[in-house]
Amino acid sequence: MITELGHFALILAFLVAIVQTIVPLVGAHKRWPGWMAVAEPAASVQFLLTAFSFVALTYAFVVSDFSVRLVWLNSHSAKPMLYKISGVWGNHEGSMLLWVLILTLFGAMAAWFGNGLPPTLRARVLAVQSAIAVAFFAFILFTSNPFLRLAVPPFDGQDLNPLLQDPGLAFHPPFLYLGYVGLSICFSFAVAALIEGRVDAAWGRWVRPWTLAAWVFLTIGIALGSWWAYYELGWGGFWFWDPVENASFMPWLLAAALLHSAIVVEKREALKSWTMLLAILAFGFSLIGTFIVRSGLLTSVHAFANDPERGVFILAIMVVFTGGALTLYAARASAMEAKGVFGVVSRESALVANNVLLAVSCFVVFVGTLWPVVAEMFFDSKLSVGAPFFNMAFTPFMVVLGLLLPVGSMLSWKRAKLGRTLRQLTPAFILAVLLTGLFWTMQTGNSLLGPVGVFLGAWIVSGAAIDLLNRTGRDRDLSRLRRLPRADWGKAVAHTGLGITMVGIAGLMAWQEEDIRVAKVGEPFEVGAFELELTGVREVRGPNYFSTMGDVIVRKDAEQIAHLNPEKRNYPVAQMPTTEAAIDYRVLRDIYVVIGDEQENGGWVMRTYIKPLANWIWAGSILMALGGFLSLSDRRYRVAAGARKARAPRGVPAE
Amino acid sequence: MNLFRLMKAALVALMVIGSTLPALAVQPDEVLADPALEERARELSKGLRCLVCQNESIDESNAALARELRLVVRERLVEGDSDAEVIDFLVERYGEFVLLKPRTDGWNILLWATGPVLFLIALGVGAVYIRSRSNAAAPAEAGLSEAERARLKEILKQE
Repeated sequence: MITELGHFALILAFLVAIVQTIVPLVGAHKRWPGWMAVAEPAASVQFLLTAFSFVALTYAFVVSDFSVRLVWLNSHSAKPMLYKISGVWGNHEGSMLLWVLILTLFGAMAAWFGNGLPPTLRARVLAVQSAIAVAFFAFILFTSNPFLRLAVPPFDGQDLNPLLQDPGLAFHPPFLYLGYVGLSICFSFAVAALIEGRVDAAWGRWVRPWTLAAWVFLTIGIALGSWWAYYELGWGGFWFWDPVENASFMPWLLAAALLHSAIVVEKREALKSWTMLLAILAFGFSLIGTFIVRSGLLTSVHAFANDPERGVFILAIMVVFTGGALTLYAARASAMEAKGVFGVVSRESALVANNVLLAVSCFVVFVGTLWPVVAEMFFDSKLSVGAPFFNMAFTPFMVVLGLLLPVGSMLSWKRAKLGRTLRQLTPAFILAVLLTGLFWTMQTGNSLLGPVGVFLGAWIVSGAAIDLLNRTGRDRDLSRLRRLPRADWGKAVAHTGLGITMVGIAGLMAWQEEDIRVAKVGEPFEVGAFELELTGVREVRGPNYFSTMGDVIVRKDAEQIAHLNPEKRNYPVAQMPTTEAAIDYRVLRDIYVVIGDEQENGGWVMRTYIKPLANWIWAGSILMALGGFLSLSDRRYRVAAGARKARAPRGVPAE
Repeated sequence: MNLFRLMKAALVALMVIGSTLPALAVQPDEVLADPALEERARELSKGLRCLVCQNESIDESNAALARELRLVVRERLVEGDSDAEVIDFLVERYGEFVLLKPRTDGWNILLWATGPVLFLIALGVGAVYIRSRSNAAAPAEAGLSEAERARLKEILKQE
């Protein structure tokens, strides 16, 4: 019964979305206040109906109602509650429902917090947002209905893929979707402004918080996924340049570009039409990502034919929205005249450089991801584009970005003096050179990657510190730091995070140590500076799996520093084995132990890795997200929301 | 089968990494006695695709075919092949599909040129834009339109 109500609510939400698309748009065109006002309650109703529908599906999972086909396919009565719930979005249909839930949530939030917007713009934003929702509601209802029943309910379910039964991954998709879908609001703002034919500083100010929020969620989502890959897949890789990963990374890069260019619109009224284009493309890439992942296009060209209906549907959504928006852009963008004037050396120019690097690197990832398909379709050659290509083609842009970042972020607006900024940054440069030299001499082998990473990290982090210190004035009054706008702190923290992530990635890739051997019980062996001993292997029973668990003792200088339990699990229902690596997490290095098969002549296959600076990758990501949140909580956004009238007489707020 | 497809869709839907098998990759019995050769074998393996996997190198993969390829690579190295000869041998047998880093010949030049060429174009466009902005005359500061002036008056009256 509840399941049917959920289905019904979804259909109602679809109808509401259609109304919300048409009525406010007409109202805005004809300047009919009543019609425009429809958007706001409609957005709320749409969200509530979708939420009800989502709760109904979740309920079916929680009570293990196996008469619902989706529950039967993806759940099991013995599964822990957390994974029963995460099973809701651990499949195509349910994850699409989560997708529209978030889409309508953002629409509703734009309605709730959009009091300060001009009424026509607001009506148009909500109408465009709702048009996206219409497309996805139709997609779910016509091709991916999660509420289908089975005529004969089976006794028990088929269980969720055991690899996905993991706390890190349970929350990975919701964050990722918050990011993907969050960009839809920026898209709606861009399209609405194009229809309106007017973009000013205020537009930049309205769009930026949404971009920030989307980017923060994407950062968290991607970091969670990468962390999961690190500890779960069994060899400690953290990024594979897989098409599905790239699908989330491309919008992240463009969102990062967008949140920087929106600053220029907001503060200087320049880069307007470029920012519009970015807003359209960022969501466009979210749709492309969805298409890539859902259609299976890139798993193999032929898998596309597996599910032609869904693939074509999403392709159509993508073409209509991105294509439509770009056409509108081509027709209207020239009308957006830039106002701000700035010198060649200025913060504005630095942010243009930032956008060039981020956008180009995004397109490199895009072309690399699609190249196998292009090559097969047009040149009849089957080839692969993997990590070695991306590492080579993508990394240089990030290195240049890292080199420019501290300088660019300290240049003043309008007209800057390069010499002055460089002089201020001299201590950062010296520190970075010293650290690089130190690591260069300490490392064995002469890989360039490690020292370059250390240089960039030290340069960016100390550059951010100097930037903050500069804000304390001539007398270096540190109490001023506390009074700095949150946005300034956000910038420093996020940039620091980027530096730390760069160090982590370079360090891990350059200085990892690895040991593969057959370990016998009670026979210690050495890996790097550590001594490891397998003291025993036992059979353990988990809630829905059987495990072979090793006991490994790690010693350094004859002193025990860790006791690790690497596992091999077998999930009988899903009939799938998994490896659970045991990791001793430390600040400077992880010890990562994996147990393999038992050997005929005694002993077990064991792989041990010393992974330097691994945690820095995710610590840096957390800092980036935190920086985003700090920026988001800046006073000017809180004031901007709903205070347009109050602000107007005061003129431009002081920066 | 439908069921299999759904499982797969579920996996892919979660944007997880291509690999679904717990990887143990290189086994102890494969490791060559000569550390220099082994090092070369590992480096080569990282650039070779496990043909039956999704976007995994043979160095990472747990599949039987990957193991076979790892052994082939080592065999060739022990017989004294250079790195390039090993790769040529594998490409001849399995096609370019086996390379994770596409070659720079033929149409692939387009792929490799994308980054540098796009970068130069973007740099050019950016430079032109910045120049035009720095040469542009500052807009008249008091450039309020009639409508804006009226609105300003109205706001000031409300105060």
